[in-house]
Amino acid sequence: MKRFKGLRLACLVLGLGFLYLPILSVIVYSFNESRLVTVWSGWSTKWYGALLENQQLLSAAWLSVKIGALTATLAVVLGTLAAYSLVRFKYLRGQAQFELSTAAPLVMPEIIIGLASLLLFVSMEKLFGWPAGRGQTTIVIAHTVFAMAYVTVVVRSRLAHVDSSIEEAALDLGARPVTVFFTVTLPTIAPAIIAGWLLAFTLSVDDLVVASFTSGPGSTTLPMVVYSSVRLGVSPEINALATVMITLVSVFVLIAGLVLARSRDK
Amino acid sequence: METPLIEVRGLRKNFDDVTALSNIDLSIKEGEFFSLLGSSGCGKSTLLRILAGFEQPTEGRVFIQGKDVTELPPYERPLNMMFQSYALFPHLSVFNNVAYGLKRDRIAKAEINERVEEICQLMQISKLMNRKPHQLSGGQRQRVALARALVKRAKILLLDEPLGALDKKLREDMQFELVNLQEMLKMTFVVVTHDQEEAMTMSSRVALLNDGLIEQVDTPRRLYEYPATRYAASFVGLSNLFEARVVSHDDDLVTLWCDALDAELSVRHAQPLVPDMVVTVLVRPEKVSITAPDAQADNSVVGVIENIAYLGDVSIYYCNLPNGQSVKFTQANVQPAAELPLDWGQKVRLGWRAENCNVLVA
Repeated sequence: MKRFKGLRLACLVLGLGFLYLPILSVIVYSFNESRLVTVWSGWSTKWYGALLENQQLLSAAWLSVKIGALTATLAVVLGTLAAYSLVRFKYLRGQAQFELSTAAPLVMPEIIIGLASLLLFVSMEKLFGWPAGRGQTTIVIAHTVFAMAYVTVVVRSRLAHVDSSIEEAALDLGARPVTVFFTVTLPTIAPAIIAGWLLAFTLSVDDLVVASFTSGPGSTTLPMVVYSSVRLGVSPEINALATVMITLVSVFVLIAGLVLARSRDK
Repeated sequence: METPLIEVRGLRKNFDDVTALSNIDLSIKEGEFFSLLGSSGCGKSTLLRILAGFEQPTEGRVFIQGKDVTELPPYERPLNMMFQSYALFPHLSVFNNVAYGLKRDRIAKAEINERVEEICQLMQISKLMNRKPHQLSGGQRQRVALARALVKRAKILLLDEPLGALDKKLREDMQFELVNLQEMLKMTFVVVTHDQEEAMTMSSRVALLNDGLIEQVDTPRRLYEYPATRYAASFVGLSNLFEARVVSHDDDLVTLWCDALDAELSVRHAQPLVPDMVVTVLVRPEKVSITAPDAQADNSVVGVIENIAYLGDVSIYYCNLPNGQSVKFTQANVQPAAELPLDWGQKVRLGWRAENCNVLVA
């Protein structure tokens, strides 16, 4: 194996470079003094200052975080219920159809989900007067549709590995089904639920297509702001924003990883 | 008449098109150590799960202390169960695993602590209170599972293959411990097992199941000495089974003709039998002895030793008769191994007494 050592190192460097060089260049250029994104003219943190003063970006970021958190919470509740019924109620009528319908958003093109949601919201508004216009609520609903599918997959695989006799043991010891769910089932699938929440949050914050279809005036999410401003030429502020987001996400992922690792050790 | 603690009447259980249990009638008295014995797939675990309330019978009723509990959910039944996989809660410490059932009954904290400590002391797991299940050995897990099922002081404990996951040595120790525990706590144990030795050692009574039906319910001793059916005779212990035709029946002595042995047999049997009826004769291998050529035995055959299985304490000999029929017999190895009295190819005359064999009509 020794003679391939050089080759293996080269592969490693190439692979990591392919993945992380673009991100690294964004971080480096966020400290660029120049207004032109591609020309380096010295170190500066002024774009971070400008970022803090850009009300449009900040409010879009806040909206995205709110939508992400709402979506993730809703998706976790619905996805966990779906996963639970798929794994535990084996003789449910229409089981196969239900399974298919929960998994469908995974393979459905985002643009279709976006368009379909828009059509639904518009016709619902005509019929019942709700939702009145489009905005945060409609984006959350549309995001939940596809985020829930991912949560279902994650929770379901965990639940399938949980021995159902521990739930029976709890029943036998005098716990009612609802108590069993909260004291036994939920704690044992908690790591999957946390992972599902993070996944749903990321998917929602990241989404541009579905949000574009289902947003209304005054509800512009962060990806939408970034996308529209980039069309007019990349501003260094966007680089600074990207760096902040990368840092936040890294910290987030690190914390989640530590939490999961500790729960496994216990 | 005293009401039985557990009574099962006319029970049947279907899974889709498959019948798992049928015609099950059982009554288990208070203080019994009752075993449900059978090979895998015979329905014994399903029966236990019906008693616990995890499965609903398709037909029939279950009574506990005379009260119909067929419709009651598991959390309202006055019994506890120990699972084959132990089913310990992985996220809870040993203390909280054991305390789980008491907390559901909203018992005061001080009393919970006291009762958990008491049962853990009894099960010798007091030192493990703060451990999580995955930090325990198989034997320790079993003790925790047992403690958790006992702490609620239900009258009935159901055990599903309680010793199945333990190694042989530990299993033998635990067999006696379970019996002692059951006597000390004056509880009723219902155990599911596929291991006939386990059932024989521990139980006061055994129900032998075969293919969803009860073959026989009896004490271990009677199950071995007087099996009701061919299946019971072959499942419990070693057996020689020969088909034979009834020739005559005087008093309690039956004379039969056995084609397989090419010999006339006499067997003590109280129930009247009609001549020409075809029955099965059971002879346990340890009841067969080697006899002198001129000795008078009730039944005797001559054959050649074909195979010897040396098990240490005893040896099983397979003796072939001239017509090819094989007869098993065992001999205790009282002499040191070097002086085995019998050898391959040796011609022997085997005999057994009329009261040491049985006639099986089913």
